[in-house]
Amino acid sequence: MTDLPQMMPAAPEIFLAVAGMLLMMVGVFTREERAAQRVHLLSLAVLVITMAMVGILNGGKAMAFGGVFLADDFAAFMKVLAILGAVLVLVMGRSYVVREGMARFEYPILILFATLGMMMMISANDLIALYLGLELQSLSLYVIAAFKRDAMRSSEAGLKYFVLGALSSGMLLYGCSLIYGFAGSTSFETLARVLGGDIPVGLIVGLVFLLAGLAFKVSAVPFHMWTPDVYEGAPTPVTAFFSIAPKIAAIALFLRVMTGPFGELVEEWRQIIIFISILSMSLGAFAAIAQTNIKRLMAYSSIGHVGYALIGLAAGTHVGVRGVLIYMAIYLAMNAGTFACILAMRRKGEMVEEISDLAGLSRSKPGMALAMMIFMFSMAGVPPTAGFFGKLYVFLAAIEAELYTLAVIGVVTSVVGAFYYLRIIKIMYFDEPAEEFDTPIGRGLGSVLTVTGIVTLFFFLWPAPLLDGAAQAAAALFAG
Amino acid sequence: MAGAMPLLSITTFTPLVGVLAILLFARGTPEEVARNSRWGALWTSIFTFAISILIWANFDTKTAEFQFTEKVDWIPAFKISYHMGVDGISMFFVLLTTLLTPVCVLASWRAIEGRVKEYMISFLVLETMLVGMFCALDLITFYIFFEGVLIPMFLIIGVWGGPRKVYAAFKFFLFTLLGSVLMLLAILTMYFQVGTTDIPTLMEANFPRGLQIWMWLAFFASFAVKVPMWPVHTWLPDAHVEAPTAGSVMLAGVLLKMGGYGFLRFSLPMMPLASEFFTPFVFALSIVAVIYTSLVALAQTDMKKLIAYSSVAHMGFVTCGIFVANQEAVAGAIIQMLSHGVVSAALFLIVGVVYDRIHSRDIATYGGLVHRMPVYATVFMLFMLASVGLPGTSGFVGEILVLVGTFKISTWVAALMATGMILGAAYMLYLYRRVIFGELTKEELKEILDLSPREIAVFAPLIVVVLWMGIYPMPFLDAIEVSVANLVGEYSTALAAADGAHFTLAGQR
Repeated sequence: MTDLPQMMPAAPEIFLAVAGMLLMMVGVFTREERAAQRVHLLSLAVLVITMAMVGILNGGKAMAFGGVFLADDFAAFMKVLAILGAVLVLVMGRSYVVREGMARFEYPILILFATLGMMMMISANDLIALYLGLELQSLSLYVIAAFKRDAMRSSEAGLKYFVLGALSSGMLLYGCSLIYGFAGSTSFETLARVLGGDIPVGLIVGLVFLLAGLAFKVSAVPFHMWTPDVYEGAPTPVTAFFSIAPKIAAIALFLRVMTGPFGELVEEWRQIIIFISILSMSLGAFAAIAQTNIKRLMAYSSIGHVGYALIGLAAGTHVGVRGVLIYMAIYLAMNAGTFACILAMRRKGEMVEEISDLAGLSRSKPGMALAMMIFMFSMAGVPPTAGFFGKLYVFLAAIEAELYTLAVIGVVTSVVGAFYYLRIIKIMYFDEPAEEFDTPIGRGLGSVLTVTGIVTLFFFLWPAPLLDGAAQAAAALFAG
Repeated sequence: MAGAMPLLSITTFTPLVGVLAILLFARGTPEEVARNSRWGALWTSIFTFAISILIWANFDTKTAEFQFTEKVDWIPAFKISYHMGVDGISMFFVLLTTLLTPVCVLASWRAIEGRVKEYMISFLVLETMLVGMFCALDLITFYIFFEGVLIPMFLIIGVWGGPRKVYAAFKFFLFTLLGSVLMLLAILTMYFQVGTTDIPTLMEANFPRGLQIWMWLAFFASFAVKVPMWPVHTWLPDAHVEAPTAGSVMLAGVLLKMGGYGFLRFSLPMMPLASEFFTPFVFALSIVAVIYTSLVALAQTDMKKLIAYSSVAHMGFVTCGIFVANQEAVAGAIIQMLSHGVVSAALFLIVGVVYDRIHSRDIATYGGLVHRMPVYATVFMLFMLASVGLPGTSGFVGEILVLVGTFKISTWVAALMATGMILGAAYMLYLYRRVIFGELTKEELKEILDLSPREIAVFAPLIVVVLWMGIYPMPFLDAIEVSVANLVGEYSTALAAADGAHFTLAGQR
């Protein structure tokens, strides 16, 4: 029987789990036409409270449940990002779910549970805890990918995601078991202690399997195949969610596992990460050029962004981790903003997803076009937008670690990538207007668009809070 | 009193205040919005110019130190600061920018009909970025301004450009971006070598020779594209031809100077050994630029393209002068950049005048304009001769100083450069003859009108500057001199020190 103080570090997670179950009751016992609305709003409140709890309860390093659960600055930073992602998605997706007949109370609850899974992943300090968190997240995600169950594409996306996701979970689990077999422990701390020096080949094999599973979750090349199809098929708010929160959680896991238990084996896994990173950046840059569907384009774009984030991990240093954290935070803002724009692409009540539908947006909707332009320049990494700073800090890490080839390939692919981001700007600003989009876009969508746009454009004015937060979080990872 | 004010920041950010004002107050019917935006942009840019005059008025010509410096911690974790300051090298570029912006606004008064508000905002943002770039004394701040220039320019070409605007805008953006990102990596390398991105500190730093070579190449990739040097100049004719007149003016007038400024500010002082190593390479490229692009210019049928190629040739003088690295040549290169900034800007405006009337840039469309447009012909002649480098105009001062300086180093390089001057005279006079002289036979030209008062107001300040710099260049040279002497001195000291070290090593062995 665990006593209460030992569970305190996990209080936000416990609160979220209990609240999620209570909300299910609320959903069932509320009249049907009001249930979705009520649960949606309550879920938002629950997430905000959880985020506050993470912020308030965070105080250095604390363990729970016999050391399998770890709460530290790093975990707090990543959890706040992940929850923020979920909040943004719920805010901007509200009108969409109503319109598209997805307004059932299970939707916000599934997002809650997915978020809970992410928080468990981020705080995992043990291979089994890691797997449990991952599966809780994945199972929720499989379901919401197929949430528009009458639409063929949505069901297909859900199925595809499930089959490939299950495969990757299997690989990850297999890797974990090999590591356990050869190292004799599943605890990260024990692993960190025993690994180092000469290590058995089986352990390397296990590490590779583990890496493959994680790479699948962040959709890094060569485990990215599911991404474009799932992104295209899933309902747009769900796509937005996929591109933000699970990525943040999986990257957190990546960082935690690689720098923690396998921190001593940096030389062994660095080449794999470099390889994955180069492939992701290149594929993200080149494959996106030919896309005509904006959701598919965003899928390739997110593959590319993961490649850049992994540069920081390849450096394997404090500077590198800090770079990744900054990158993910900025990625959250600009990606949420972009998806808010995509959600506003609606013509005569129907969603449209072709890039050419944006033609002449700068004349029909100057504000939205301006916001989209800011996000595109930011994704291309052009200063003074936030995206530039994201890239700056990961390249900084690469140069510090003397990974010059990686850095050069990175900047060159960023130029290639700039091409397709510019193409969107070109379509919005240089082309003749297509038919106008529906107005108004809705308050939730509008506010997300405004806030993320302002954050992305004016990040340079006051970058210190994020940089300091990231530095502190990164320091927690290397504290020992 | 002016010394106590953050004059550089005010100059840099006043245009942004103007942007805000336009956003807030330009409302009403489309015509009202357009009118308010035009006036708002004009007054903002004139006011900015007036402030920048204060910089010159308070400039101390006796010191090579940075003046009007401001320093605020910006990202303390990385020791990145917002650090501004000018010396004799950068001061006139600031003035050039602030002079050309109101000229551009005025020149676009009638030429731009669609989306006037956005157009004016783009120009004001562009001004901020350019002024900030010339004032920045921190590499990251510099880089942000340097790259930030791309955004408004991309939009100016792409939205208000000609038929092939999309191609031109993309080519411009991607070419320059590719160069710049490599420079960013070099900047980060510097950061890890020295632990700061402060430019004055980095100028003191001694980087090992092998590293200098790599960093020099990375910086070169960026600046050579901007200058542009042969063979990476191909974006320039496209961009110039498709850009609206005022876009070409800014492009030729100021954006091309970013490269030359970069060589002077970074390559020479921070990487002297590499600069010396690559000097023959730069000479070769400059000579090719001067001779080859002059010949290409001779064969052009499009007026804007001709002037674009002539820009590449003139910038060849600049790069040559910079890497000769003696007092005359470097001062000459700076004067040549300023002169080219005004003269080529004026030439693009001259093309713009007839383009607004006839909507053709084809030389063959014109002929005999002198009969209908005597004032235009006079203005054109003045700038044509300035471009050729006739004594009494600004073009002469720059080119002769560069040639004198080059002659001291190598007779051959000087001789080949001088060929470029002859070719320059050939293509400019040939252009002038075909457009202005001859009989006025073409029907559509018979009703063409001479310069309007507004257009005369556009050209007047440029005429004053060209003649002033040509007849009495001392105020300009005085301000430049000390900084250049310091730069050249440091450069030769660094080379001598490296040579000395080399000999000691040989002696020990």
